[in-house]
Amino acid sequence: MYRVDLPLTGTFAAWRDAARGLIGAGVRPEEVAWQRGEGGADLFGAAPPPMAEAPGLTVPKSFLQAAQLVAWHRDPERFARLYAMLHALQTDRRLMEDRGDPRVVRLHAMAKEVGRDKHKMTAFVRFRELEPLSDRRRFAAWFEPSHYIAEPTAPFFAKRFGDMDWSIFTPDLSVHFDGALRFEPGAPRPDLPEDAAEDLWRTYFRSIFNPARLKPAAMQSEMPRKYWKNLPEAGLIPELIATAQTRAQEMAEAAPTLAPARARPVLERVHAAQAEKLEGRDQFAAALEGCRRCGLWENATRPVPGEGPLDARLMVVGEQPGDAEDLSGRPFVGPAGQLFDRVLAEAGIDRATLYVTNAVKHFKFRARGKRRLHESPSRGEIRHCRWWLDVERERVKPRLILAMGGTAVESLTGTREGLLKRRGGIEAAEDGTPLMVTVHPSYILRLPDRVRQQEETARFREDLQRAAQAAA
Amino acid sequence: MATLTLDRKLAILSDAAKYDASCASSGGQRRDSRDGKGLGSVTGSGICHAYTPDGRCISLLKILMTNFCIYDCAYCVNRVSSNVERARFSPEEVVQLTLEFYRRNYIEGLFLSSGIIRSPDDTMADMVRIARTLREDHGFRGYIHLKTIPDADQRLIEEAGLYADRLSINVELPTDTAVERYAPEKSPDRIRRAMADVRVLREARKERSHTGKRPPRFAPAGQSTQMIVGADGANDATILQSSTRLYSSYHLKRVYYSAFSPIPDASFALPLVRPPLVREHRLYQADWLLRFYGFEAGEITAGQADGNLDLAVDPKLAWALANRHRFPVEVNRADRETLLRIPGFGTRTVQRILATRRHRTLRYEDLARMGANLKNARPFISLPGWSPRGLTDTADLRARFAPAPEQLSLF
Repeated sequence: MYRVDLPLTGTFAAWRDAARGLIGAGVRPEEVAWQRGEGGADLFGAAPPPMAEAPGLTVPKSFLQAAQLVAWHRDPERFARLYAMLHALQTDRRLMEDRGDPRVVRLHAMAKEVGRDKHKMTAFVRFRELEPLSDRRRFAAWFEPSHYIAEPTAPFFAKRFGDMDWSIFTPDLSVHFDGALRFEPGAPRPDLPEDAAEDLWRTYFRSIFNPARLKPAAMQSEMPRKYWKNLPEAGLIPELIATAQTRAQEMAEAAPTLAPARARPVLERVHAAQAEKLEGRDQFAAALEGCRRCGLWENATRPVPGEGPLDARLMVVGEQPGDAEDLSGRPFVGPAGQLFDRVLAEAGIDRATLYVTNAVKHFKFRARGKRRLHESPSRGEIRHCRWWLDVERERVKPRLILAMGGTAVESLTGTREGLLKRRGGIEAAEDGTPLMVTVHPSYILRLPDRVRQQEETARFREDLQRAAQAAA
Repeated sequence: MATLTLDRKLAILSDAAKYDASCASSGGQRRDSRDGKGLGSVTGSGICHAYTPDGRCISLLKILMTNFCIYDCAYCVNRVSSNVERARFSPEEVVQLTLEFYRRNYIEGLFLSSGIIRSPDDTMADMVRIARTLREDHGFRGYIHLKTIPDADQRLIEEAGLYADRLSINVELPTDTAVERYAPEKSPDRIRRAMADVRVLREARKERSHTGKRPPRFAPAGQSTQMIVGADGANDATILQSSTRLYSSYHLKRVYYSAFSPIPDASFALPLVRPPLVREHRLYQADWLLRFYGFEAGEITAGQADGNLDLAVDPKLAWALANRHRFPVEVNRADRETLLRIPGFGTRTVQRILATRRHRTLRYEDLARMGANLKNARPFISLPGWSPRGLTDTADLRARFAPAPEQLSLF
């Protein structure tokens, strides 16, 4: 039987070094007794263990992560369990992945208990202010963790409270920070001075509680009673629970009161200001925003009206806004819009001279997780939205309309049939305005073949150029 | 008006803030004050520093800057027509409370909201000033959540996003009609646009400039929203549809559901009933199914005639009971998507099953050790050591899970 003594601080690192040596020397788990801190009964026959280099000793990451927590568990068997697992891992490299193995399950359960205790320490330590010793403010707290977690949790506090001096006393270990971390042996509960901030904190705790939603079991599962004695706010809990029902009932029974006299003039001013804001707006955009002709408005952010000078000679009509257009409220700014802009630039056409709009003004999509998948507008939706396109056409009176893609062509001519054959030719829209048919830029984006994409882009550019010439 | 003490103001302005369900302090940009030049840290996952007897956590100092308000939203305790006691913090008071609470480890940071005073822009500007003071004058590196005011100028929202970890804008109620009816001064359109703006700003700030430099992050913990449940007539199908739209359109981190709760000095317009806490809980469960379990909004409520979630059993179990032809599932062979649909199997259980399955065949006894809730899962699975036989299709299967119906009260 061998005996390994581990120090009170730096325990995990010491265990790891010892375990590495023992594995190297081929020591079996049942041959080692582990001990943290000095003292403890001398084990009969305990001898210093043989140690040897263990070259190439590696462990799965999941074991290391669990071990870093388990080493601080209160279970006296923790080091032996860890060493047994390390030993078993030498023959079965994948043991940690077996989440049904009782040893693995136990190890994970212990790691979870320590992890939870650490988390609760970060949550439930309550500092009180002390007289400063330097120009840094000074605080101290008393905390009683369930496991030996003061040391591994100390860096959290060092990172959080970097500009102040603080001490956390626990029965097992005291932690001090003044820019650097320092550990001292555990201490009995110190007498910390009263702190006026605790009264404010209790006021907050009392006021943020909603008596109409009493759920004490939910509170206790997250804030177990064992922590209450060191929490300044916990003393309020019994009273809050006891009076909750009466308070909720009083609220429910209280008759509604009359509004204070100031309410009416205030609301009148608000309504007047809101009406004034609406007044100066473009009539067309304002009317479009109230559109309920079909159901598409319900899921969209907003309708996207056309954009461009009202005396434009060429009016370009696309299908419908996409994700980016719906967010920004402007037509052709998403991927298809960027292609459109690029080709316009190549064709030497200034977008600012065009009136650019869509056949359907709201974005139609299907929500899939974090994405919105484009859906084509239905015949009915195109027909309903035609009303707005007609208004735009009436306002702009273009010399030529360029209809990009099936939806635009259907909206303006009644049918999308033979689209690719009609492409490039000039026909008449239903009201007689000359109209030219071309593809929608998103059609080009969807082509899988790069060469075809380039060919189609070139044709699209020619269409744009011819449309611009015809409208000039 | 007599001058109020700081303690009294805190009581009024935290009481006024408690109807906001959001308390998360997670997902911020990691940072700390180890350099000794500031105060605070954000670790990525939030910390709940205390729990009140309503079972809710206290993570942030959740207060209103003021509960004076010029709007008249029927469901809100702070509406202009209410007679509650009013108070207003000075920006310096908010800053001091935040820092002093933080230094004593009471909180993760500040969640600041406000009634609307003078104008939306004035109010938003004051809130931004508080966040800026904390960050720039006091080197505060803790968490800041600002409730933005949808009607405020976009430049103010943009500035808010530079100081805050999270921004939120409440959609208030599940449908536009309900917002127009109960919050007549608010515009559902403006609320949606404000959320769209936040998404656009966040995405723009994620891209590197042409020099390869990263711009300062905009609201690194994203945006969230809250809707009040049970004040209007919307059913759960409508609510979940609405959430799906919000998640996909504005990439929200969370939609919070807040059971409408009686408030002091309530309006005539709304019923004062016990808050529908079970319904709220079921909505959160359904929300999880949407976000982590691959469910679509429509299928969760498809089995319910009135479009509301089953209050007696959780939504996944309800779905499985209505879709028994898809069960039992062979645990050793099913793919991830199918495993996730088994009642009693969480995402972690599924992950463990998949990891272990690579090495050996699972037995029934393994499942409990992997964290599965076997009481719920049993009728829907088969694997060595367990076969449900006819259990999956028994007529009274639902009754085995649902608690006995409460006896109707005669009075």
